Amino acid sequence: MTDPVLEVTNLSTHFPTRAGVIKAVDGVSFTVARRQIVGLVGESGSGKSITGFSILGLVDPPGHVASGSIRFNGEELTTKSAKDMRMIRGRRIAMIFQDPMMTLNPVLSIGTQMIETVRAHEKVSYAEARARSRDTLGLVGIASPEERLDAYPHQFSGGMRQRVAIAISLLHRPDLIIADEPTTALDVTIQSQILFEIKRLAQEFGMSLIWISHDLGVVATLAERVMVMYAGRIVEAGPVEDVLTYPAHPYTVGLMNAVPAAVPRGEPLRPIPGMAPSPLSRPLGCAFRDRCARATEICATEPAIALANAREWRCFHPHSWRAA
Amino acid sequence: MTVFVIRRLMQSMAVLLVTAFVVFLGVYAIGDPVEMLISPDASPAERAQVIASLGLDQPLWQQFFTFAWNAIHGDLGRSFVFNRPTISLIFERLPATLELTFTALVIALAIGIPLGLISGLKPNSKTDEAIMTGSILGFSLPSFWQGMMLIMIFSVWLGWLPSTGRGELGSFLGLQSSLFSIDGLTHLILPAVNLCLFKLALVIRLTRTGVRETMPLDFVKFARAKGISERRIVFVHVLKNILIPLITVIGMELGSMLAFAVVTETIFAWPGIGKLLIDSIMRLDRPVVVAYLLVIVSLFILINFVVDILYSLIDPRVRLGDAQ
Repeated sequence: MTDPVLEVTNLSTHFPTRAGVIKAVDGVSFTVARRQIVGLVGESGSGKSITGFSILGLVDPPGHVASGSIRFNGEELTTKSAKDMRMIRGRRIAMIFQDPMMTLNPVLSIGTQMIETVRAHEKVSYAEARARSRDTLGLVGIASPEERLDAYPHQFSGGMRQRVAIAISLLHRPDLIIADEPTTALDVTIQSQILFEIKRLAQEFGMSLIWISHDLGVVATLAERVMVMYAGRIVEAGPVEDVLTYPAHPYTVGLMNAVPAAVPRGEPLRPIPGMAPSPLSRPLGCAFRDRCARATEICATEPAIALANAREWRCFHPHSWRAA
Repeated sequence: MTVFVIRRLMQSMAVLLVTAFVVFLGVYAIGDPVEMLISPDASPAERAQVIASLGLDQPLWQQFFTFAWNAIHGDLGRSFVFNRPTISLIFERLPATLELTFTALVIALAIGIPLGLISGLKPNSKTDEAIMTGSILGFSLPSFWQGMMLIMIFSVWLGWLPSTGRGELGSFLGLQSSLFSIDGLTHLILPAVNLCLFKLALVIRLTRTGVRETMPLDFVKFARAKGISERRIVFVHVLKNILIPLITVIGMELGSMLAFAVVTETIFAWPGIGKLLIDSIMRLDRPVVVAYLLVIVSLFILINFVVDILYSLIDPRVRLGDAQ
């Protein structure tokens, strides 16, 4: 892994509230190699989306990156000015959102929303920007792109809108795309089409991809590497096959067992007992210990990151693991 | 579009007919104009003659029919008091009201939208609080009191602006208006400000609410993720969405401003139709009241029509007359 696209070290993103500071992201470190597809998995509120927004510098105030470093192509992003960050967003790092029904502005045509993206970063003529928008629309599999440029979002289905959003993210051939559950809001047949499309485009243009999802199945088919987030921390990471075949962290095991397909037919589902801890009052030590069958007294202290064979986990009592 | 216009015209006719009937009936029930018009010592024969010449001896339905038939031919009757066609009385004074109302509207929008934007973009800041407090004053101080205070301060104490009348009319492209002469403009300022204050407060609040509701939406965040400048986000992405509710409310308010400029016109002795209405009601000049109401209803219909067209221009989801 020489020259990674993205190197996140000890990132913490905090939201001060009246009741106390919410540590949405709490000391997260990871790297994304060039052309690599990384899955970031976790349940709602685990901090995975906030991690994505932190990289782009788009955390909603009063939230802010409290500490840590984000190095993109070797450049530190956390200290960049708002203007410099704006020049990186959409050009070098793009983002795709979860709900395609909400991400496009309803009163502006698709063309306007694409052309403005081209012209926000490059001094090109309107005609040139329009031509590029048209070509990119064609690239993501939208038929008769020239006419579709003049259409408005409400004239597209959910899947088509997501394709448009993907096209917008591709306009500048970014080095990194952060995809925040882009298939969650779509129905299953469309999901697999979009998955396939994104994977193809990422390979074609040599882009790295961070795929944020709560769906282990999706990540398994798409990513090379997976990171499991719980309560603002990465609790386990490693090559997808290894982690999903021999998960080390009890939370990963629980997450996999909670998938209905993992349970034999006729048997009750196996949800993880208990609730994720309130972000305001996370227990010291391992945040998962109240829900964990393997927890002992030592879990009240902070588990260190264990490393082995390109894998890592934060647990005192890991399940037996080995490379797949 | 053509279908829409035709259908709308037919609806308008129906609305006019129904209003004409209701208005005619309502006004017919108010007092007896003969008492006002004939001196108490007139002989019964003179009395009967006047009643007959005014057509007041005919049954109600026949009076209405005569009225409606004449109205279709552009004759809304003669004023009892001025013994002149009511329509020419109204159109003589309508320009004064129109120029007052439109000036007030332009002031309300030109100041209200920017202030609302400032407020909405920095909610709960000192500026926001100042603007909101000001708008509460605009809302809650009674119009007539505001008017008198304006006269007191700017005409009596400071002596900067005249307090009554329309001033000298300038002419431009054959149009006569206070807007086209310096003297006229100085006469216009106080009444226009008085009339606009309430609407100004309304526009500020509507814009602020719109900004507050639109800024957290996904498409704004997506626009940021595309690297669009904050200025373009506010003035294109957000403002165009806010204009939709703004135009709806302003359309309705414009009608009521025209109809109820009465108070302002009375305070500033502005020779508009509002003042004509009040005078006519006092003198039981039925034809003028009826004609006034019909003209106002027509204006309302016209404004709503324009609003619908504007709507379809701004919001692509609205397609006029698309009968499916």
